[in-house]
Amino acid sequence: MSGAAENTIKKEPLVRIVKRDGATFPQKVAVRVVAILLALVVDAIFIFGVTGLNPLGVYSVMWGGTFSNPTRFSWAMRDLATLLCIGIALAPAFKMRFWNIGAEGQVLMGGLVTALVMVYFGNSLPAPVLFATMLVASVAAGALWGFIPAWFKAHWNTNETLFTLMMNYVATSIVACMTNIMRGKASSLGTLNKATKAGWFPAIAGQRYTINIIVVIVLTFAVYAYLKYSKHGYEITVVGESENTARYAGINVRRVIIRTMLISGAICGICGFLIVAGKDQTISTTSAGGQGFTAIIVAWLAKFNTFYMALISFLLIFLSRGASEISSVYSLNEYATDIVTGIILFFILGSEFFINFRLIWRGKAPKLTKEGK
Amino acid sequence: MGSSLIAWIMRAIPFGTIIMYGALGEIVTEKSGNLNLGVPGIMYLGGFAGFASAYYYEKLATNPSAVVCVVIALLCALVASTLGGLIYAFLTITLRANQNVTGLALTTFGMGVANFFGVFVLNGASYTAAPLANKAFAAKLPFVSGLGVLGQVVFSYGFLAYAAIALAIALFWFLNRTRAGLNLRAVGENPATADAAGINVTRYKYLATCAGAAICGVGGLYYVLDYNQGIWATTGQIQALGWLAVALVIFTTWKPLNAIWGAYLFGTLYWLYQFLPSVLGITVSSAMTDLIQMLPYLVTIVVLVVVSLRKKKENQPPASLGIAYFREER
Repeated sequence: MSGAAENTIKKEPLVRIVKRDGATFPQKVAVRVVAILLALVVDAIFIFGVTGLNPLGVYSVMWGGTFSNPTRFSWAMRDLATLLCIGIALAPAFKMRFWNIGAEGQVLMGGLVTALVMVYFGNSLPAPVLFATMLVASVAAGALWGFIPAWFKAHWNTNETLFTLMMNYVATSIVACMTNIMRGKASSLGTLNKATKAGWFPAIAGQRYTINIIVVIVLTFAVYAYLKYSKHGYEITVVGESENTARYAGINVRRVIIRTMLISGAICGICGFLIVAGKDQTISTTSAGGQGFTAIIVAWLAKFNTFYMALISFLLIFLSRGASEISSVYSLNEYATDIVTGIILFFILGSEFFINFRLIWRGKAPKLTKEGK
Repeated sequence: MGSSLIAWIMRAIPFGTIIMYGALGEIVTEKSGNLNLGVPGIMYLGGFAGFASAYYYEKLATNPSAVVCVVIALLCALVASTLGGLIYAFLTITLRANQNVTGLALTTFGMGVANFFGVFVLNGASYTAAPLANKAFAAKLPFVSGLGVLGQVVFSYGFLAYAAIALAIALFWFLNRTRAGLNLRAVGENPATADAAGINVTRYKYLATCAGAAICGVGGLYYVLDYNQGIWATTGQIQALGWLAVALVIFTTWKPLNAIWGAYLFGTLYWLYQFLPSVLGITVSSAMTDLIQMLPYLVTIVVLVVVSLRKKKENQPPASLGIAYFREER
């Protein structure tokens, strides 16, 4: 094909794109590191252009946002746990090529029922039963929110990207309604069970967020193993690669889609549980705080590997903590975070190209015939 | 009752206009096979660029003229949103990055840019206004707007509200009656076939994505300078509007003409919580009000399900929506 094309066009194109079969691990790492470094350079130019500050000084302040003292570090770990937890929840769905954009809503529903249990049963149930009820309720709520779009996708092939996106706003409305009822005549809901602390995760080893972090670490390992070593995980991979192949192989595609989304929604529900019981001790329409969307990017970039997810989540949390540190030190505003994060994401997304494809410049073509297979 | 019905319509139509621009832009983009989830970000970029340029023009010019103000604001909004579209286009078309993820990143980025630089414009205040630009953009039609109820309901909006309807009709004509429009749809349905037929797939995708982004940006501009009375404040509102525009695209089943009534229907549903009680003369608790606000989204879900259930060919999304095209992968 390429030979015929060369005969017909007078001049070889300046650059041609060729698919690369499986870049090696060092290549992948190198491409990503270069992408992040380039993004940091662009960010530095942006920071300098807008503020006239020395970018290196700004970056060292940024570093302090996560590492300057134990409190900062524990906040960073808390945010990391939330983001990573949602990323982990999305991994099975994305591996199945099911675009679950609805994590935000699934997390909110999980958080909402957790809050409801805390408010209405907080004083009547003993602590272990209370925590168990909260967990079960949040899992059920999140799973339900994942189940609805999955059922329609499995039976009628309804577009899941848009369905799950809409479900976010339905969840937001429900949360707004329920918090409105719960707060009664007060202006805002405030901290739940402030006096009794019923349903609050206890501080362990002086750290408030220890339980959140432990749960997420366990989930990281569990979902990694589930996707990589279990029969379910294999079925998810096959359905994701090709539904027809899966069908010929005797896999019940409908069941796999629904089951996987139940799991995905359930883990999002757990995340809502962690946010309400372990982090905020309250619920509002912004409890998920856009992390459901950021986690989509995390899950996609990590190619469904939960350990890579931990790395990427850490990078993003480091950036956002750093940017908010910059904004308080230099009295900028916290939206600098969104810009800095956006630029880094653009570069990482763009760098995927150099992992999947190869450029061949004019005059270098003979090399292709030697290497070509 | 009658007066609150009129007030309801007069709220619904401007609201519909914002998301109509967003939806029309996204229809153009999606017809080329690109699902751009960056609509909210692009609306932020367009809205902010339009506002900021009008604001500084009013502040710096000694004798600011309304016409120049409108032209400057429109131009800046178009340029900023096109640039946003260009980022998306470069990443997804040339570098073949995942469309959903790139779109979401663009939403984060656009919102960040608008609100970050917005703070400099605000300069410590909680909001700033561009009154001249607002007056120019919200100017009613000179004579017909005085025609009683009809004048109020039909003729009392800024010129961009009518431009949106004209644009929808123009897009209908473009997509169905012109060669370029048919080519564009071919690219969205099956780029490989379009490529074989000699259509420059990359060029069509780039142009459609950038043009679509520019149209979305006008929606943001309309929101700030007309709907929001020319006031800029740090806000999350545009994001919700952007997602509603994405929802409207599905509701219209990718047909520009449906966007006209669909947008007004969404506007009506959105303001239902405020006006229905007074129209019916009942009182609704504020908790119920919160619940009613999910209506536009529920309606979209129902449409989505019905469309997938009926499987009518002309109501389906473009066949290669969301998939990057690589010529050698066939």
